Amino acid sequence: MKHARIAWSGAIQQAVEADGQLLITQGPHKGRRVGFDEVVWLPPLSPVPQARTVIALGLNYADHAKELAFKAPEEPLAFMKGEASLIGHKALTKRPADVQYMHYECELAVVIGRTARHVKKADAYEYIAGYTVANDYAIRDYLENWYRPNLRVKNRDTCTPIGPWLVDAADVPNPMALKLQTTVNGKVTQSGSTADMIFDVPTLIEYFSSFMTLNPGDLILTGTPDGIVDCQPGDVIVTEIEGIGALTNTIVSA
Amino acid sequence: MNPWMPRGTVYGTLLNFRREWDLWSARMTQDPHKAAPKASVLYVKTANTFCPAGQDLLLQDGVSEVDIGASLGLVIGDDGQVAGAALLNDWSVPHTSYYRPPVKFRCRDGFLGLPEQITPGKVQNWATLQIAVRRNGELVQTVDLQDLMRAMLRLLADVGEFMTLQPGDVLMVGTDCLTDGTRPRAKAGDRVEISASGFSTVTTHVKGQA
Repeated sequence: MKHARIAWSGAIQQAVEADGQLLITQGPHKGRRVGFDEVVWLPPLSPVPQARTVIALGLNYADHAKELAFKAPEEPLAFMKGEASLIGHKALTKRPADVQYMHYECELAVVIGRTARHVKKADAYEYIAGYTVANDYAIRDYLENWYRPNLRVKNRDTCTPIGPWLVDAADVPNPMALKLQTTVNGKVTQSGSTADMIFDVPTLIEYFSSFMTLNPGDLILTGTPDGIVDCQPGDVIVTEIEGIGALTNTIVSA
Repeated sequence: MNPWMPRGTVYGTLLNFRREWDLWSARMTQDPHKAAPKASVLYVKTANTFCPAGQDLLLQDGVSEVDIGASLGLVIGDDGQVAGAALLNDWSVPHTSYYRPPVKFRCRDGFLGLPEQITPGKVQNWATLQIAVRRNGELVQTVDLQDLMRAMLRLLADVGEFMTLQPGDVLMVGTDCLTDGTRPRAKAGDRVEISASGFSTVTTHVKGQA
């Protein structure tokens, strides 16, 4: 099942994908079908009682690591993001006026389903609720070599679109063999496969849960492959992962 | 009343005390840093680090010693402005490199000691605050908020330039080092107290894995 969280008819609604429409599953409008263009898409994540942990990976695809002129890391290169950087499908992302290089990053996002601590790789899939698509924008002009990548590059307002769907883990038999693709104004600029991750999803869950507790609703953004290009105001960026969804975002000037 | 817990995301600030900045400054232009930081150097303390008042810090997973990080956390209110502040113990695994994000050093379970309650007020009230750090009753550090590189209002403005702090978020103003650049440390068996006038004290018993 593909789950969405939307604003429609003056309230937040839970919905699922049904025959190219959104079927509302709870509340007074339960059973009602609405079109994709009639709603505001929110990040497809239920609220959590405390700050959501949002882990992101850098250099987790061999080709992207090469593209950025680094050797592949020996352990996951992870950084944390605040939930406030997340926005939904079909939203607007701001590009500051004075920057030269702002690029998208199409990433498979893992949503944790059960409290995870000291989880073995072999059991890791049992802790996953589902998957979605994230676009972890970066503004390279602001990159500094202090706790790099620093928050001014990676934790900006509007710079982490996520969605449109949370796809149940049960519906994704092999998350480690999914095609990823990004288009800018309809032209393919990035193309890869989750098969090329340096640290795959079970390895990441084992790694993080070896020193910290992951809670239901926490996110792991698993990094991006080769093929990043600059995005200008007016550009429409679609980051898509096979079987998970196509996440649309538009750049606007700040 | 339940002890206070942050409602939102907790952010920390690195290199925001003059003493540590000055100790680092000669090395800032060397590899791998290549230049002094221009923006505030920030990090996230994830929710698994929240250790409410009355709970012990358990050192585990190969960690036997921790840096004590006495800080003031500015708590954002519903109008997006600072509504209060709390003393916090921003524990970390001692690390000498500031090149890569400190997830393994700062985001371990229990690594943010919290007070019983926050103190309502304005940033201006705390500009000259002095924070005492005691280990087993002995004073091991005094942190003076007059020594900040970016004063609190400036820090809030610089951070707000690219990320809007949400109601319930907490921005820690930084942790100071000792004269030799290290921070006071604690190990299993220690009792650490962070206190300042007008604030709820953060007391933590450090335990080791049996």
